[in-house]
Amino acid sequence: MQFMLLFSRQGKLRLQKWYVPLSDKEKKKITRELVQTVLARKPKMCSFLEWRDLKIVYKRYASLYFCCAIEDQDNELITLEIIHRYVELLDKYFGSVCELDIIFNFEKAYFILDEFLLGGEAQETSKKNVLKAIEQADLLQEVSPALAKQNVPLFVTV
Amino acid sequence: MALKIVKGSIDRMFDKNLQDLVRGIRNHKDDEAKYISTCIDEIKQELKQDNIAVKANAVCKLTYLQMLGYDVSWAAFNIVEVMSSSKFTYKRIGYLAASQCFHEGTDVIMLTTNQIRKDLSSPNQYDTGVALTGLSCFVTPDLARDLANDIMTLMSHTKPYIRKKAVLIMYKVFLKYPESLRPAFPRLKEKLEDPDPGVQSAAVNVICELARRNPKNYLSLAPLFFKLMTSSTNNWVLIKIIKLFGALTPLEPRLGKKLIEPLTNLIHSTSAMSLLYECVNTVIAVLISLSSGMPNHSASIQLCVQKLRILIEDSDQNLKYLGLLAMSKILKTHPKSVQSHKDLILQCLDDKDESIRLRALDLLYGMVSKKNLMEIVKKLMLHVDKAEGTTYRDELLTKIIDICSQSNFQYITNFEWYISILVELTRLEGTRHGHLIASQMLDVAIRVKAIRGFAVAQMATLLDNAHLLTGNTQRNGICEVLYAAAWICGEFSEHLEDPMQTLEAMLRPKVATLPGHIQAVYVQNAAKLFATVLRKHDGETESQAAQETSQLLIDRLPLFVQSANLEVQERASCILQLVKYIQKLQQKNVEVAEEVTALFAGELNPVAPKAQKKVPIPEGLDLDAWINEPPSESESEDEKPKAVFAKEEPKHSRSRHTEVDEKELARRREVRKQEQANNPFYIKASPSSQKVYDAPGVEHIPVVQIDLSVPLKVPGMPMSDQYLKLEVERRQKEKAERKKKEKKKKREKRGKERKADSGPESEEDITPAHQVDIVTEEMPENALPSDDDDKDPNDPHKALDIDLDKYVPYCRHLQFIHVLHIIKPTVYWFPFQKSSKHKKKKQKKEKEEKEKKKKKRHHHHHQHHSDAGGEDSVQNGTVEEEEPLPVSQSHSVSLKQEVKVYDIQGNHQDESKVVVSVIFENKSDSFLKSMEFNVLDSLNSKLQRPEGAGAHDSLTVPFQLPPGVSNEARFVFSVQSIIMPQKLKGTLTFIVKSDESSTHEKLDFKLHFTCTSYLITTPCYSDAYAKLLESGDLKGSSLRLEGINMPFHHLLARICFHHHFSVVERIDSCASMYSRSIQGHHVCLLVKTSDQTVSIDAKCDEPSLLGNVLDEIKQTFSKC
Repeated sequence: MQFMLLFSRQGKLRLQKWYVPLSDKEKKKITRELVQTVLARKPKMCSFLEWRDLKIVYKRYASLYFCCAIEDQDNELITLEIIHRYVELLDKYFGSVCELDIIFNFEKAYFILDEFLLGGEAQETSKKNVLKAIEQADLLQEVSPALAKQNVPLFVTV
Repeated sequence: MALKIVKGSIDRMFDKNLQDLVRGIRNHKDDEAKYISTCIDEIKQELKQDNIAVKANAVCKLTYLQMLGYDVSWAAFNIVEVMSSSKFTYKRIGYLAASQCFHEGTDVIMLTTNQIRKDLSSPNQYDTGVALTGLSCFVTPDLARDLANDIMTLMSHTKPYIRKKAVLIMYKVFLKYPESLRPAFPRLKEKLEDPDPGVQSAAVNVICELARRNPKNYLSLAPLFFKLMTSSTNNWVLIKIIKLFGALTPLEPRLGKKLIEPLTNLIHSTSAMSLLYECVNTVIAVLISLSSGMPNHSASIQLCVQKLRILIEDSDQNLKYLGLLAMSKILKTHPKSVQSHKDLILQCLDDKDESIRLRALDLLYGMVSKKNLMEIVKKLMLHVDKAEGTTYRDELLTKIIDICSQSNFQYITNFEWYISILVELTRLEGTRHGHLIASQMLDVAIRVKAIRGFAVAQMATLLDNAHLLTGNTQRNGICEVLYAAAWICGEFSEHLEDPMQTLEAMLRPKVATLPGHIQAVYVQNAAKLFATVLRKHDGETESQAAQETSQLLIDRLPLFVQSANLEVQERASCILQLVKYIQKLQQKNVEVAEEVTALFAGELNPVAPKAQKKVPIPEGLDLDAWINEPPSESESEDEKPKAVFAKEEPKHSRSRHTEVDEKELARRREVRKQEQANNPFYIKASPSSQKVYDAPGVEHIPVVQIDLSVPLKVPGMPMSDQYLKLEVERRQKEKAERKKKEKKKKREKRGKERKADSGPESEEDITPAHQVDIVTEEMPENALPSDDDDKDPNDPHKALDIDLDKYVPYCRHLQFIHVLHIIKPTVYWFPFQKSSKHKKKKQKKEKEEKEKKKKKRHHHHHQHHSDAGGEDSVQNGTVEEEEPLPVSQSHSVSLKQEVKVYDIQGNHQDESKVVVSVIFENKSDSFLKSMEFNVLDSLNSKLQRPEGAGAHDSLTVPFQLPPGVSNEARFVFSVQSIIMPQKLKGTLTFIVKSDESSTHEKLDFKLHFTCTSYLITTPCYSDAYAKLLESGDLKGSSLRLEGINMPFHHLLARICFHHHFSVVERIDSCASMYSRSIQGHHVCLLVKTSDQTVSIDAKCDEPSLLGNVLDEIKQTFSKC
């Protein structure tokens, strides 16, 4: 996998993970192009498209699009499974995850992704193991005054 | 002070955290940019504070802003600060920020090396994990070089959590630092059989990725993967392995035959669509690579096609799409199997999803045959009419043309029909592909001589009705077809029924609204038509008609002479002058027709697009040499505007000569022929013009025979449908005729020149309506062989094309390679089979006795992979192998074992203990048991034996080895002095148990410890380094290496990698390097290079250690 993007229906980027080294400029260009292309597709269309020399696999969950770029020989269906597995992990971790969870805890979303994928390859296929690793790492995380505020319930004004 | 802390924490309570920032951004939708710029100012303030919590919070916010597209590269150093925090909370944030923001150009990355190294060896596995994860995103060639050893060590970490991450990240390291692949590979391979499934799957992942790029180097792993494939139940792993086999089979067809069975089993049994899809894809790849000599070949293809049909019929759009995609792969080699599913694919053309329709279109391309072409195209034409978006309609249009024109119009039996289709396509509004239709018209008219008459008639009609095409003004790309129409009418005007009418159509005032390049063609071809009209009326004295024609031109051409387009203007004025002159001659009753016609004499032949490239360069011609002295740079290049269709309009130059002088004309014609002969675009072959090479002559162009079994003309505007009907009737008639003929047992001789290709079974029965010889494109003779498929030289995977089974010179002198071969009742010296490499490995670790049970930090290790033949081993002296034991038994079972030490690890706290890990692999067919390992102690190094055991007792290896199995055992050594390299002799005894008997065997070996292996990569800062050198405690020595032909950074990398040094500082072609021995000796190097000479000045507090290390370095380079 070359990169993974999460963006909203409005085209706002929510998460980006690049497994290939690219300059910021190039990343922005790709993101813009892909967000446009994917959002323009009709809901009944299939989840794959050919883009440059890559294949794009995307899936929409509620208001969020999960979009991965894979290489020519990679398996589209397993990529869909990876996306789904990641959503399941987020769901388990946050407890019925919604877009806001990812916005406000975006670093957690990254940590979960990093436990699940490494360098663009799935490193752990067991959901249980991923969540266990995240929980244990979270335990190590000390609660400092500055970060304590994070635990205050969020009065989200959306 | 206390107050300051309290104050600090109170301040922090008012800092924005990430949530506040996000909320703030959401609340400032109108002036987001302004809000964020104030936030960034705040962050800058926060970063200036000493409090790491505040900094981490700021960095966290920056990471979020980076995602929103703001530049945060200015904070790179702060990110490094947060990364180096000792608290996991902050470290985690720092690494996250780094992995999001750093890239190869980030210069602070080089500051992170030591921090990352520290984190990698942290006792907390989550520190290590976070460092590995971060590294996977921003690893650079330098980081890869410096940390390769550390990560390699982590591959054998006790915790699977670390092992699997380390294994995965190695792939990124290989990409950045290909040299690490060879030493790391044995360990990577070993991880394929790791007890932890996660680690195993990571290793499969990495090796599969490597092998996909350079499959030939991994063929030897096929048996291992085969075993994994049949035993694994993890779909993720299976998919990777199957994909790997897909890459390997083209290189080893025998593998393909073996694969078919397990793959078809999987196809039958699996419920996971992803796995099914992968299996089908690989079966297809295997079958493609296999020659057709397989008996159950078609059964497998049939199975795949059936499964794909199920996918395509599924309601899930994704499966439908992939099914069609995979079908198109089968189509290339087994068109017949796919053709039977034509119904399904045509059905997909009606799908509401455009991407599926496009896939189906791709498939149609390969499904056509002579039999069904007309039918399929008819269906496509219907779709063209219905198609809503122009993009899809254009796609359909190009597909129709692709389908019809593929392989040199192979499937077209009736070109009249094709021309009609093209004409029908011109009625599409708003298509971008006018030029495509135009070039098809030109192509067909030029190459299919039989059709010219018909084509010219159709084109004349088009020209006559040009207003229909140009109705939508010029943005309508379709007017391009007028270009083709005008040219065809002009060039083949002898077929025109009423040239006068066409001429009139081409000179209508409306033409002046067409694009310039089209007008130019109109004008030029009007002149050709003029010549035709004159010739038609040749011989008639005082021909009224001829003179009227001249008058028409003289009346109409001035419109074009005024054209804003230079090309049009120039041509029009030339021709106008010519016509005026002719008119004068006509009035004097001079016969002009012949001379005017001569202006346009000559036949055009199509030339292959690659013809120019294929022209061999004559001997002695240097294309790069200057013909004249190069012009000064200031001279501006005057670029000519590139004329559209310039290549297809070869007669421009001719219109310039308005003087109709017989002699001059003849001369020019001759000149032109000469030119053409030398110009590969005009390969003509009159014997006189053969200058550079022999071009095929006109007589080689097959002569066209027209079988007029179908009336050449269809009344009215042609409708392609009519041809379909006619075709069906014709075929029925033919069939009947053939039956008659068959009764008479007359062999029917067909005029077809081209081979009938794989079409449907009845393909042979269809004869073309016109027995048409399609003029193939000309190529120069003795054309150079095809030179396609240039690989991208920048592909990072290219560097990883390392033959892992090959012994590479520079590894030869690596120390600590102890290969033991047990070659039992056999005359072979060494197992040369590819699959029989790296049988046993030993690892050593130095440990301190009292810390024996504590977790060790592995400061360095050294891996080596060797499959050297015995000769090599003896040469370099590092592998000591006793002669193969003489055959004492009569049975001919050959037993082969190899023991290799490839890893020695030291620790600053461990000055005297070494642990050797040995991996034993049994490669024989027999069972090995009761293995005992013994080493003859030296004064300096002793094998540690359990208490109470004698000084020379053997240690029992705590396992037995069934055939083909490997396992690892560890032995502890104590070492006194490390300043000299040492060798220890040892023996392995074991019992070989075969069916008939068991025998006792032994293997002698030597362990070789170099001084390099006692060195540990230790970072050193330049100020500390300077102090160390100033202290004066170090003794110097130096070394000169000649003829080193490698870039300086490679040289450094090699010293770092093989001799465990780290670069302290590098300035141009000079670098200072540092390393430390396990007993605390400092070793400093100053490496300089000029030309091919490398000088190394070295200092160390132990001269003999230094001397030995330098010798080893010398050896490293002398053998490379």
